[in-house]
Amino acid sequence: MAVPDLDDGELVARLRQGDEAAFTALIDKHHGALRRLARAFVSSDAAANEVVQDTWVAVLDGLAAFEARASLKTWIFRILVNRAKTKGVREARSVPMSALGDGEDAAESAVDPDRFNDRGRWVSPPERWDADTPEKLLLRKELVGELEEAIARLPESQRSVVVMRDALGWSSDEVCNVLELTETNQRVLLHRARSRLRAMLEHHQVGR
Amino acid sequence: MLSCRDLTELMTDYVEGKMSLGQRLRFQMHLGMCTPCRAYLRQMRLTITTLGKLPAEPVPEDVRRELLQRFQGWNRRA
Repeated sequence: MAVPDLDDGELVARLRQGDEAAFTALIDKHHGALRRLARAFVSSDAAANEVVQDTWVAVLDGLAAFEARASLKTWIFRILVNRAKTKGVREARSVPMSALGDGEDAAESAVDPDRFNDRGRWVSPPERWDADTPEKLLLRKELVGELEEAIARLPESQRSVVVMRDALGWSSDEVCNVLELTETNQRVLLHRARSRLRAMLEHHQVGR
Repeated sequence: MLSCRDLTELMTDYVEGKMSLGQRLRFQMHLGMCTPCRAYLRQMRLTITTLGKLPAEPVPEDVRRELLQRFQGWNRRA
């Protein structure tokens, strides 16, 4: 049986036996996602790399005691999030004041309120985008970078949720589980993040 | 009657399937009559799928090698 098809129990058993193919498969499966998620909490690639490395070491240390109360994936990502948060807090001391605080505003609107009249109807409706598929959008090389930057500018709580849900394709249950959020909070954060990122893409599509 | 602004605020509840039947009907009724809100919904869906297509970074060779060495060390220790 190919390693990627193994269920958690079999995979853990193989890892405990020292099966290198199983470990390589585990790294290939999760390393990129771990890096992307780590980057949601810390301010540099170097710090993110360090968090991911530490996570793998902690995974090896904990593997013997892993009891499958959570899925292997949830367990690994919880380790990462704990480490990344700690590191993010430590880093925050050296970050300028303006970057502190989570930038959450209770009354944040999905769309600039000035684009509606007093009855809430569009006065400045969304314009048609030239690109109507992700492939066409991402064909513009600079857009990948701009989108990554827009993600990086989101408040941390929004960023971690939208990265897991939309960039990594996790379910809301998985995200709530790893980030210890209620489903409603998760949805509010996701809504704000998606709204901001749509606005950024809109600006990119029609704003030049 | 939901306003366009209401729709932009309810968009995620709709996309996530977290609406009551009544809410969903009101939402869809507005969508049926409102071209800009349909465009907004399309853009929201496009934003979500585009995020899912951001290129993933491959594991750097040196990182893979180092982790594998650790694994071998861990295995000997265990």
